[in-house]
Amino acid sequence: MTVQELPGAAAYRPTPPPAWKPLTDPAPLLPDPEPHRVLGTDAAAGADPGLLLRLYAELVRGRRYNVQATALTKQGRLAVYPSSTGQEACEIAAALVLEEQDWLFPSYRDTLAAVARGLDPVEALTLLRGDRHTGYDPREHRIAPLCTPLATQLPHAVGLAHAARLKGDDVVALAMVGDGGTSEGDFHEALNFAAVWKAPVVFLVQNNGFAISVPLAKQTAAPSLAHKAVGYGMPGRLVDGNDAAAVHEVLADAVARARRGEGPTLVEAVTYRMDAHTNADDATRYRVDSEVEAWRAHDPILLLERELTGRGLLDEDGIVAAKEAADVMAAGLRERMNADPVLDPMSLFTHVYAEQTEQLREQAARLRVELDAEQDQHDDNAEERR
Amino acid sequence: MTTAAAVPGAQTGKPKPATMAQALGRALRDSMAEDPSVHVLGEDVGTLGGVFRITDGLAKEFGDDRCTDTPLAEAGILGAAVGMAMYGLRPVVEMQFDAFAYPAFEQLISHVAKMRNRTRGAMPLPITVRVPYGGGIGGVEHHSDSSEAYYMATPGLHVVTPATVDDAYGLLRASIASDDPVIFLEPKRLYWSKAAWSPDAPVPVEPIGRAVVRRSGRSATLITYGPSLPVCLEAAEAAVAEGWDLEVVDLRSLVPFDDETVAASVRRTGRAVVVHESSGFGGPGGEIAARVTERCFHHLEAPVLRVAGFDIPYPAPMLERHHLPGVDRVLDAVARLQWEAQS
Repeated sequence: MTVQELPGAAAYRPTPPPAWKPLTDPAPLLPDPEPHRVLGTDAAAGADPGLLLRLYAELVRGRRYNVQATALTKQGRLAVYPSSTGQEACEIAAALVLEEQDWLFPSYRDTLAAVARGLDPVEALTLLRGDRHTGYDPREHRIAPLCTPLATQLPHAVGLAHAARLKGDDVVALAMVGDGGTSEGDFHEALNFAAVWKAPVVFLVQNNGFAISVPLAKQTAAPSLAHKAVGYGMPGRLVDGNDAAAVHEVLADAVARARRGEGPTLVEAVTYRMDAHTNADDATRYRVDSEVEAWRAHDPILLLERELTGRGLLDEDGIVAAKEAADVMAAGLRERMNADPVLDPMSLFTHVYAEQTEQLREQAARLRVELDAEQDQHDDNAEERR
Repeated sequence: MTTAAAVPGAQTGKPKPATMAQALGRALRDSMAEDPSVHVLGEDVGTLGGVFRITDGLAKEFGDDRCTDTPLAEAGILGAAVGMAMYGLRPVVEMQFDAFAYPAFEQLISHVAKMRNRTRGAMPLPITVRVPYGGGIGGVEHHSDSSEAYYMATPGLHVVTPATVDDAYGLLRASIASDDPVIFLEPKRLYWSKAAWSPDAPVPVEPIGRAVVRRSGRSATLITYGPSLPVCLEAAEAAVAEGWDLEVVDLRSLVPFDDETVAASVRRTGRAVVVHESSGFGGPGGEIAARVTERCFHHLEAPVLRVAGFDIPYPAPMLERHHLPGVDRVLDAVARLQWEAQS
């Protein structure tokens, strides 16, 4: 017996509950099925040559930074470095799309975005060197501390953008997160808050294929990460994350939309992490060389270089000049990172509370005694050697 | 330094009873009126005025932007407050019930408590997190936890808990004005306790971090805070009949801890019992007993004892009276304080 055959079934006609109607039409929020591309398409003709050249120079510099920082881990100058090689287009576009008064909320892998926004390359690395949790004043650069827990910086971006709007300031916050981070509760709560509050925020998901070793298919069952936007009531945009012009265009649109007071956008940039998760990770355990090689042909610098040379905007001299400028940056970084940082152990107690508690004053005094004893020992040893 | 603020809504007249809930609401209102950067946010704090009505009237007076009903998401509420504070606002967050605050723990521990430190002072977070805590109101599961030990164990947070109507007002004002994050624990079974407030008389705004002697005595010190203060005061009165003259110290702030006031009291009396409602094992009492012992060992006539909730998940309401430390359990502990000379 089917449902239709049940006695009285024919008489039953479901009616919607009286007050219910959808809050938002989902159709305009849905991302296009294919990632947006500019380079190598007709759309590239409309791109600003000055912007493309600037993106190129920064991409080359960013790649060099990744290589240099990874080398510093091998020399013991950095405790760890999560390389963004292959993802430079996302990093650079995120930095260049913002105005001076805007805020960037990076994750731990987004050192390049912070440097491209104007942060001192050494200050950006103090977290990873291990001397300071945040080597810079976030307010000076309008860059939140590089965030190690996943997605927890996203609600901060929402709150800051919301506060700025309440104060009547023209400020947009751009928050960066990886594909793995989209599974965290804070990702969900941040997107929901942003959409409900219509906060001027742009969420940039760099889908680089893996959360350490876990591939996207084990991370989500959604059609794409950009599709998640529709559930929160904001538009989702899918972009080729290795196409610097496309990432810049999509982010610029999203930032402009936020600035107009139309609320947040979720952008998924499809890219690939060419290196391991960090220097401490062995990527050969979870991915095959052929996959990496396929992505190598889709390298963000290669794509942009091909476009620029093809259109006569860049020649061999220009390529060499970009590389040389990057080498100068790397040499400066190497030299400054090879100097031992000078740290004051007493600073352990200075910024726990606005006013030091009695308990911390006692502990600081104890450390002072230990340090003085160490110094005396050191002096005695020096005396003996003499 | 103790300053005083006139009671708001002042009209000339005789003292009238004010509840702790009203005092908290007035503290929020006065802080918002005084400082436009103070924003209240949480679940149900707007139109409803909070489930305990602490925020009643604030949305009406200051608008939805200053007293905001948020989506139901504690990590999102506190995370958004972090961003708001980063931009110069002074958010006051309401966590509806003690156990509902747990989803926000990562934001609290990884960011709220550490932002000042990790940015070397560049980015203080003046956030007040109001948490109605503790049992004794017949709440069902997840509505009666005492979570203070978790907060105490996290450097960077202040942990404040009033036990009187005056302190509810004064300490909340001070917490909101503090440039550091404060976990403000509201003993929810004292929400309806009353004190007479003279409309014109100023209510002291106490600095955070000072304990106070609520009852002077010479035989032993009861060290307590929040919901257990009335229990201890009642026990002290009952103890008179037994010949014990008990001193009662109300901590008011667990972090920073007022070692001086506590130690001075125990040195006078030579005996101490720590009383609180949260579980004893790994609880605040262990820390307090250790601190007292370290400072007062040669003055002590007996080991420092603890009277705490049992080491069990908070029980169902029909059994909670057996779990919560009451007057008899406090007096039993006092009786165990080696009153006979040891041979």
